[in-house]
Amino acid sequence: MIKVHNLHKQFGELEVLKGIDEHITQGEVVAIIGPSGSGKSTFLRCLNLLESVTEGEVLVDDEPINDPKVDVNRIRQKMGMVFQQFNLFPHLTIMENITLAPVLLKKMTKPEAIERGMELLKRVNLAEKADAYPAQLSGGQKQRVAIARALAMDPEIMLFDEPTSALDPEMVGEVLDVMKDLAKSGMTMVIVTHEMGFAREVASRVLFMDQGIVMESGTPEQIFGNPQNERTKNFLSKVL
Amino acid sequence: MTWMYATAFANTFHNCFIKEDRYKLLLGGIGVTLKVSLIAVALGVLIGFLIALCNLSHSKILKTIGGIYTDVIRGTPSVTQLMLIYFVVFASVQIPKWIIAGIAFGINSGAYVSEIIRAGILSVDKGQTEAGRSLGLNAYQTMTRIVIPQAVKNIFPALCNEFIVLVKETAIVGYVGLVDIQKAGDFIKSATFEAFMPLFATAIIYYTIIKLLTLVFKQLETRMRKSEIR
Repeated sequence: MIKVHNLHKQFGELEVLKGIDEHITQGEVVAIIGPSGSGKSTFLRCLNLLESVTEGEVLVDDEPINDPKVDVNRIRQKMGMVFQQFNLFPHLTIMENITLAPVLLKKMTKPEAIERGMELLKRVNLAEKADAYPAQLSGGQKQRVAIARALAMDPEIMLFDEPTSALDPEMVGEVLDVMKDLAKSGMTMVIVTHEMGFAREVASRVLFMDQGIVMESGTPEQIFGNPQNERTKNFLSKVL
Repeated sequence: MTWMYATAFANTFHNCFIKEDRYKLLLGGIGVTLKVSLIAVALGVLIGFLIALCNLSHSKILKTIGGIYTDVIRGTPSVTQLMLIYFVVFASVQIPKWIIAGIAFGINSGAYVSEIIRAGILSVDKGQTEAGRSLGLNAYQTMTRIVIPQAVKNIFPALCNEFIVLVKETAIVGYVGLVDIQKAGDFIKSATFEAFMPLFATAIIYYTIIKLLTLVFKQLETRMRKSEIR
């Protein structure tokens, strides 16, 4: 579903990603862990081209998305993204946040989008907030809306960039619960996270990144139970 | 004593405003000031918006155009610009003077408005653009549906300030032979050899216009903020 070949990313002189090869297949839930500055978020953002790719190739459904000829807006419609800072649109109501893209991009008519929006809000337990503005919601509620907003485009893949890092501790659970449900429903997910417990429980595969490369990859049991790489061991001993 | 002063005052007042219907000069002046300001504001916002987009674009050519525009306009006095546009650019064109003056002030104001709009657009968090783009919206849709609606609220107070400055700035249109409020007061001064009363009247008229404008802007801003529940 997503194939990454020899991905390099440079910010000026600084090389953040130093050659990543990955293959994410349908239905996988991939958790990316690693110390800060390891390039996890940059890697995730390269997958939907929020960061331009310096070298290498990113294929989504076998389309090279960093080829200038490919319409990246069309590809992005297949990939939902959830941000650390939620990035809800503050001037729109919750329902408008959710229906904006599907209606504007002519995926649905407005009534269809509202109906779908209501379904999604029920799914994240926020149906009663449809007419509220983002500023009236708690952090956890905002992030659940952000997930619903991304799902409204019926994406094939969901990307999560540290979705719980900006939340108060008591709100982390409600967001992780929504993500767990999503994983159970068979959604392909790539999650950059510091929630080791969640990665262990929900991920089908864990990537450990450090210094711009994938140091180790395996099932949660392998990575958390029996890490092979010294850096992985070192990192896990600090965070677990 | 008081009676004497009062009579003197009444005489001067009569001399300045009533005699030979001089108040009509001021009324006409108000019309000219408002007409010139209105054109200037409309054109200024239009130009300002376009130049702001040029400055924010990724195209080198557009950026250079925007940069030169702002640089030249801000670097020269508005009187000079007004006279250049009136006596050089529109020298051989038959258009009413007030329209030419409005265009000149619009071109001038555009440079300042562009900086206000540019700052307003930049004040919207980058995450908003990223969220829009990640949903599959293109750059234009993201700009018009997500960034600009939020930028408008940030821009509005500074823009009102620019409008107020602009209205007062038009007091130099006398240089190209238009009789606005300032010039009308000046005419009365020359005709009556009275300095205080016509100039004071000029000041009061400008002050009243600005005061009314400020009140309208305040109202609009309050209404705008209402939708923003925090």
